[in-house]
Amino acid sequence: MPEVNNPETVIELKRITKSFPTKNFERLVVLDDMSLNIKRGEVVCVIGPSGSGKSTMLRCINRLETLDSGEIRVLGEYVGYKEVNGSMELLSEKATAQQRQRLGMVFQQFNLFPHLTVLQNIIEAPTVVNGVHRKEATKVALELLAKVGLTSKADAYPGELSGGQQQRVAIARALAMNPEVMLFDEPTSALDPELVGEVLRVMTDLAKAGMTMIVVTHEMQFAREVADRVVIMDKAKIIEDGTPEEVFENPRSPRTREFLARVSGTNGKA
Amino acid sequence: MPSNLAPDIAPAPAVVIPRNIKQIVLSAFVILVALAILVSIFGNERFGWRVIGAYLFSTIILSGIANTLLLTLICMIAGTLLGAVIALMKLSASPPLQWIATVYTWIFRGVPLLVLLLFFFNLAALFPQLELGMPGSPPLITLNANEIISPFTAAFLALSLHESAYMAEIIRSGIVAVAKGQSEAAHALGMKPLKVTQRIIFPQAMRLIVPPTANQVITMLKSTSLVSVLALSDLLYSAQIVYSQNYQVIPLLAVATIWYLVLVSILTWIQSRVERVFNRGYGEKRRSHKKVSQRPSNESKNQPAINEEEANA
Ligand SMILES: Nc1ncnc2c1ncn2[C@@H]1O[C@H](COP(=O)(O)OP(=O)(O)O)[C@@H](O)[C@H]1O
Ligand SMILES: [Mg+2]
Repeated sequence: MPEVNNPETVIELKRITKSFPTKNFERLVVLDDMSLNIKRGEVVCVIGPSGSGKSTMLRCINRLETLDSGEIRVLGEYVGYKEVNGSMELLSEKATAQQRQRLGMVFQQFNLFPHLTVLQNIIEAPTVVNGVHRKEATKVALELLAKVGLTSKADAYPGELSGGQQQRVAIARALAMNPEVMLFDEPTSALDPELVGEVLRVMTDLAKAGMTMIVVTHEMQFAREVADRVVIMDKAKIIEDGTPEEVFENPRSPRTREFLARVSGTNGKA
Repeated sequence: MPSNLAPDIAPAPAVVIPRNIKQIVLSAFVILVALAILVSIFGNERFGWRVIGAYLFSTIILSGIANTLLLTLICMIAGTLLGAVIALMKLSASPPLQWIATVYTWIFRGVPLLVLLLFFFNLAALFPQLELGMPGSPPLITLNANEIISPFTAAFLALSLHESAYMAEIIRSGIVAVAKGQSEAAHALGMKPLKVTQRIIFPQAMRLIVPPTANQVITMLKSTSLVSVLALSDLLYSAQIVYSQNYQVIPLLAVATIWYLVLVSILTWIQSRVERVFNRGYGEKRRSHKKVSQRPSNESKNQPAINEEEANA
């Protein structure tokens, strides 16, 4: 059993580095020696210019990407590895899949399963992965749909829903696995402006209910009002980390000031 | 009786009456031309309608149809299975497997089917002895190629291998076309790789694979007529056997034509039904709503849409 340094820390990124190969046989460093701790119940908004590595960081946390170096622990456990007699061993796909259940992920492009109805989308993972009985899973799914205000759409296909509705279903789908942490990757960036509010409202409710959340977003209003912490990333590094007041009113680095000025100038759309 | 029927018929807008005079003239012209063609065909003694009638359901023709259908079915199954293997090889991370798959499809897509058929039929000349066993050690089984390579096995091999090269491409592109976000979302939910493939990738790829595969079946049915060069008694060769004896060439080709058209029409109809099933959830709002309504768990919210559809029908 790996030791838990701090029982309150649910996600721990320790000096992680991630790079991608480029065409001319060099490596593009996307996350550069980055560290970050997230406590239980915390809502952390991650903001930063496009290409600064925000999505890659989230994808490393649930191991859709592998790390070059450093370590990530979720609830005290290494992601994708286990420690055996002091050395690290790669976990099987099966064990990795199990670890991922604790992390719900919401994507910019929703990624609902188009061949399944809304209800089927939500009960798919609980029934297939956890062997929950269909009836029980359906009951839970309908409760979740009520939470996101889409009870009437249970039998619709994703293609019949608006973007805002699809994203709310995607949130319900992630919640159906009962995750301990929710990861949001620009959940409102693909939405028409008038549909952003309904999704942010669901996320705000979730935050109020005590969910631990990492939210990559350009919605400054949301970050100000809902986040406990705001992290600003730039060029593969964290350049700012503090309460919304600290970061927005009193940023340490001039680059943050520059970025914030640019973002607020374009009404939250970076 | 007519008085009973009249009220039912009256409101049905079955025939759309063209208001435009130009349309009326054009329609009349088209009908006249069609009639003229039909008269010239059916009135033409040389088509030998009586001969056609006599042979349309004859035993030899029906058994030819059976052979054509059998060949279509087994070559399509073998071609699809083999094609799936080739597709997976092409999608695999291993370069040697990718090369093998690429060379394979290059050969079997490049060589004309007729050439393949003749080649396999004459395989015995190339390898008189087919040996099964470990290289270097005495063969376990030795087979005489002349005995094995019957017209049927030659036809089966040529059609299946030819088909597999096309099916490989269809299956590969179907799998590739499923968005990457789909497997990522499934993985993020904690699904294991096998389940992701089975439940998320495969059903979506099927939607893209099935329609062209149905087309392949139709093409295959027609391609089987090439096996007549090997004296394999498919539909076409059966017709040829008959006309080589009674010299009624055109009527017997007409018999074969009629049957090919009937079979292709049936397959086309099946294809459209199958496509509809696999298109569930993709944009056809009304249709999918209707499907939902047939399940007991239907919500009343969907009801108006269905009523609307039925009212329009
Ligand atoms: N799979 C990949 N292969 C190569 N480069 C990638 C890959 N994923 C992301 N990148 C690159 O990494 C950088 C950071 O990407 P990303 O994490 O998506 O940034 P952000 O989400 O902050 O916009 C970008 O320059 C992007 O082009
Ligand atoms: Mg991103």
